[in-house]
Amino acid sequence: MADKSSANAYWAANVRIILISLAVWFVCSYGLGILLRPALKGIMVGGADLGFWFAQNGSIYVFIVLIFVYARMMGKIDKEHGVEE
Amino acid sequence: MDQFTLNLIVVGITFAIYIGIAIWARAGSTAEFYAAGQGVPPVMNGMATGADWMSAASFISMAGIIALAPAGGYEQSAFLMGWTGGYVLLALLLAPYLRKFGKFTVPEFIGDRFYSGGARLLAVICLIIISVTYVIGQMRGVGVTFSRFLEVSTDTGLYIGGALVFIYAVLGGMKGITYTQVAQYVVLIIAYTVPAIFISLQLTGSALPQLGLIGGYAPQGGEVSMLAKLDSVVTELGFKAYTSDSANMFNMFLFTMSLMIGTAGLPHVIIRFFTVPKVADARSSAGWSLVFIALLYTVAPAVGSMARLNLTTTFWPGAETGTALSAPALSIAEIDSNPELSWIRTWEKTGLLAMSDKNGDGMIQYFSEPKPVADAGKALADAQKALTDAAADADKAPLEAKVAEATTALDAALAEAKLGDKTLAELGFKGNELTKVDNDIMVLANPEIAALPGWVVALVAAGALAAALSTAAGLLLAISSAISHDLIKGSINPNLSEKAELMWARVAMTGAIIVATYLGLNPPGFAAQVVALAFGLAAATIFPTLMMGIFSKRINKEGAIAGMFAGLVFTSVYIFMYKGWFFFPGTNWLPDTPDQYFFGISPLSIGTIGAVVNFVVAFVVSGATKAPPQHVVDLIESIRVPKGAGQAQSH
Repeated sequence: MADKSSANAYWAANVRIILISLAVWFVCSYGLGILLRPALKGIMVGGADLGFWFAQNGSIYVFIVLIFVYARMMGKIDKEHGVEE
Repeated sequence: MDQFTLNLIVVGITFAIYIGIAIWARAGSTAEFYAAGQGVPPVMNGMATGADWMSAASFISMAGIIALAPAGGYEQSAFLMGWTGGYVLLALLLAPYLRKFGKFTVPEFIGDRFYSGGARLLAVICLIIISVTYVIGQMRGVGVTFSRFLEVSTDTGLYIGGALVFIYAVLGGMKGITYTQVAQYVVLIIAYTVPAIFISLQLTGSALPQLGLIGGYAPQGGEVSMLAKLDSVVTELGFKAYTSDSANMFNMFLFTMSLMIGTAGLPHVIIRFFTVPKVADARSSAGWSLVFIALLYTVAPAVGSMARLNLTTTFWPGAETGTALSAPALSIAEIDSNPELSWIRTWEKTGLLAMSDKNGDGMIQYFSEPKPVADAGKALADAQKALTDAAADADKAPLEAKVAEATTALDAALAEAKLGDKTLAELGFKGNELTKVDNDIMVLANPEIAALPGWVVALVAAGALAAALSTAAGLLLAISSAISHDLIKGSINPNLSEKAELMWARVAMTGAIIVATYLGLNPPGFAAQVVALAFGLAAATIFPTLMMGIFSKRINKEGAIAGMFAGLVFTSVYIFMYKGWFFFPGTNWLPDTPDQYFFGISPLSIGTIGAVVNFVVAFVVSGATKAPPQHVVDLIESIRVPKGAGQAQSH
């Protein structure tokens, strides 16, 4: 393992990415899919309103992209801090 | 070839494949038995996790739960988001660190991180409650699928299923289970999507059900969207619109959250991420898991909405191109003569569908009864039953008077209730005549409703079995490894040799299969409600404790134990208050209805609050007691960086 301050910087970078990812996770499912649905009824995705689509399909697609983006970014950060396997 | 022979052949072939894999993938060490030697490639682990996760409930019931929900299909989106969003939490917050930890079970991590045998034991107890309750449903799913497709009794089906799991789980452990699950995933996803593609082509002209869901309704030229058509047809028949807003947004929010963090806290899902070679693989494997799960979960809402529309237009032929009531309802003569409708009688035999021509007009009117009509209809049925059940020499006059009274009351209710601009009395309806539509029929009968070839029907049978068996095997492994590794090796006899532990793991697995089969044969009456408990407890105990163990260096033994205990007690007490103490009927303190819930929070959603209780208690107690020792701080620092994860073993 690298020295202490480098390990702390690595962990801080990781936590920052996790928080950003969780914000996206929250907005697409709980935000667009549930809380904001009534307000966004006017926007349509094909035959469904935006909130309905996010609740039944859209948020799942976002989840997938989110995990792969996170895995990629962490792969890069692992290398930058020299902690990759 | 008749359907039964075809079902037998397809199911037989899939079983032969599973057994072949089991013999090939025998486990020779505890590392292979518990974690498949930590040598499973991430994509393959993703597929196995998909099969592990998608249970009998996901495969057979979920589309129907969405399709037939009285409050409309939108509110049930909680299942879709909840059962997928949990993987984001797994990938970000748990899987990579637990893989780096490099051991075999969830309680083992909790025991090491909180330097306490008590914490490990408490985690074992939570794990066993969660997994045993979950496995009952899977064993029932196996039995029920056998009885519906293979003309054997539910009990015989359970024995066959139990024996099959025994062969590949006891022989191969995690290694055998993993490779079998890969095969089971392929079977179940083909079985689910093929009928969905056909029904989507018929109703929307789109081969992708995900696009069909938001596509136009083909029989009317595609100008009206499929969802708008569904809304207009069901509301005309008195049902709530399919896309209606949730009546209680706060509860839907909490329910979704409870399912998400419950998913991330389910031990049989977490241990799947112990099997990959590297920390980076644990991250990407969670993504692959979700890709494979999403293949089913994004199709399910399309299957649900389209099957509901199909069912409605079948019983109201006029609805296909106009309004439902513009033409007479489906006649019984048509049901018996049209070969395309033979599925109605087939599924009536299984009890999943029930009809009753209440007004004797030779047609089956399917609609939603307004409450006064439903109540009056039930009162009349009760009165008639009392009359027919009465002893031959009993005085029948008062019973007959009751029937007459109930008939008058029903007629009055029918004259009041309206469907569109006419009353039910004017329409000549006496009540809803499609008296039962089981949730499961939306998936099981789908290929027949869409008039698909017999091999597709057989495939659905094999798919339902694959879904139930793969989940059961994953749960059984979680249970047996907790017993052999955490209880026997961890607490009772730490000097157990590798060989003896492997033997104990197999004994524990055998015991778990026997218990699961027994509980499948004699399901406790509360089996359905117990699933709420499994998710609630996973959300309130395992998930918060693991997360704090990784992300906080300050949470100590005392805090973790107090937090887990508080989450466990709080969540189970809230559920028991409404569902009955230990689920014994009649022992509930409060009626299980929304107006009785605290702040409208249903017992199904309480896991979220339970998790908050766990976090708060753990922080407060840890703050008041002394910080964890240095070797634990070192452990936390080491799991936070990927470098140095144990060398993968190939096999």
